[in-house]
Amino acid sequence: MQERAKKHATEEREDEQADAPAAPSGAGDRIKAELDDILDEIDGVLEENAEEFVKNYVQKGGE
Amino acid sequence: MAIPKVCGIETEYGIVARGLDVTPTVASSLLVNAFSDDGLSLRVWDFVGETPHVDARGEWDARSEYPHVESLMANAVLTNGARYYVDHAHPEVSTPECATPSGALLYDRAGELIIEESMRRAATRLPEGAELVAYKNNSDGKGNSYGCHENYLVARDVPFGLLGRFITVHFVTRQVFCGAGKVGVEQSREGEPGVPFQLSQRADFFEEEVGLETTIRRPIVNTRDEPHADPLRFRRLHVIAGDANMSQTATWLKLGTTAMVLSMIEDGWFPESLVIADPVSAVRHISHDRTLRRTVRTADGRDLTALDIQHELCDAVARWLDTAPDDTVGGEGRTIHAEWHRILDGLSGDPASVAPWVDWVAKRRLVEGYAERHSLEPHDPRLRAIDLQYHDMRPGRCLARRAGLATLVDDRDAVVAVQRPPDDTRAFFRGECVRRFPDRVVSANWDGIVFDTPDGLVRVPMMDPLKGTRELTGELLSSVRDVDQLLDALGGGSTERVDSDPGW
Repeated sequence: MQERAKKHATEEREDEQADAPAAPSGAGDRIKAELDDILDEIDGVLEENAEEFVKNYVQKGGE
Repeated sequence: MAIPKVCGIETEYGIVARGLDVTPTVASSLLVNAFSDDGLSLRVWDFVGETPHVDARGEWDARSEYPHVESLMANAVLTNGARYYVDHAHPEVSTPECATPSGALLYDRAGELIIEESMRRAATRLPEGAELVAYKNNSDGKGNSYGCHENYLVARDVPFGLLGRFITVHFVTRQVFCGAGKVGVEQSREGEPGVPFQLSQRADFFEEEVGLETTIRRPIVNTRDEPHADPLRFRRLHVIAGDANMSQTATWLKLGTTAMVLSMIEDGWFPESLVIADPVSAVRHISHDRTLRRTVRTADGRDLTALDIQHELCDAVARWLDTAPDDTVGGEGRTIHAEWHRILDGLSGDPASVAPWVDWVAKRRLVEGYAERHSLEPHDPRLRAIDLQYHDMRPGRCLARRAGLATLVDDRDAVVAVQRPPDDTRAFFRGECVRRFPDRVVSANWDGIVFDTPDGLVRVPMMDPLKGTRELTGELLSSVRDVDQLLDALGGGSTERVDSDPGW
């Protein structure tokens, strides 16, 4: 799925470059269509206890 | 006259120790040492000429018990010319100096691979169930920020006040294409409406136009004058006003556009009418507006959107490119310009269309899509979790890798770049010396290497970032048998004795 998404993105980019400078009107729709697959995958890898994870993610200021 | 824009990126990663009760500094040291005690890296950074408050003594064994914090500041020079170390409470990778934006992008990706490998190696040494996880982001969502800094070589003869005033215009508005996106607002100002999502990780943290600080009252333009090169000819513009990007296109464009805008300033081509009246407010104002329609006022009284300003800058760079004898970015100028133009057009038309290249658009799509699917309120912790996990450096957990981002770097090249330096800057000489003469290099930093010789310590200064390249030193390095022959060949004029005991 990840590879497919990447490949898709690359193809899209080539298409757009070929069509430039026309507005990429179809690109938005295609990207929306991919979203469902991506959200399925997020459901699978998102931290199980999101609240705890977010609460415990504390960093010291850096630089 | 514009000079070549040698550039590099320093990234401080967020760090989480799971199943392990250690401070962030210890966790960072465990991570860095897991990588750098492989016998390949030089584990001593030379602090000569640098901030004196950091302790360079870094030797310890990660497999023994956790040592005291004071002795923990891991600090290594890698064979690819990079610096990998603990900065305060974060692991930090500084890429080697690169002569092109795509070179710096390659080494930024190599830096990600170094972090991934560090996490894997650390896991084999930690107790069962314990794990170190690094995040390539810039904020914990609770008001604490850490940086992703860029560095550019700039001609010393450009007045700094002018340079700062002009480049601020780009720093304030470039977030439309290189903001990494953030759920919520930090450091809220009184009377400011909250927003569920904004363009940039860092925008909430800037309080001054110009200044020396990097940790408090952060300025848009940092005045640290530490050129790490011949101070009569060069400045190093140390940029703290940027996000760490997961999108390779965003990293490449961030570097390439900034390098060319700086060149345009050096050549006197910057369109002064774009100077923004109140840049500090404008940074937040622009970041907090996902519609990209809000305007900011220019010093000459026009109300322009960030995209208007970016389009004008982009056009000005095109005019500059038409006249410049050298694009100062190693020949990538036209390609960078075309891609910049394409992304700005996409943002002006349908911002969702640039999701494969712009981090904030890609992240926003995940956050809003997830909220819609599960009917979540804007403050649901799962949306903050998505924001954080977008930057998770574990390949199995990283959401950016699943967001459909386009890749520009071939990872086979990045794997090579983990070990080998770029050919076209002094990083070549640094990295090759560390690789070839591991027992004789005592320490190194950006502008010099110290060798151990029978007659004492000898330093080879490297005050020009474009010297020490493969072209200039590759043959010499291949022809000498050892450091003594190398130093003989370089001659006394290229070396200097180190009189004082550096203390290790």
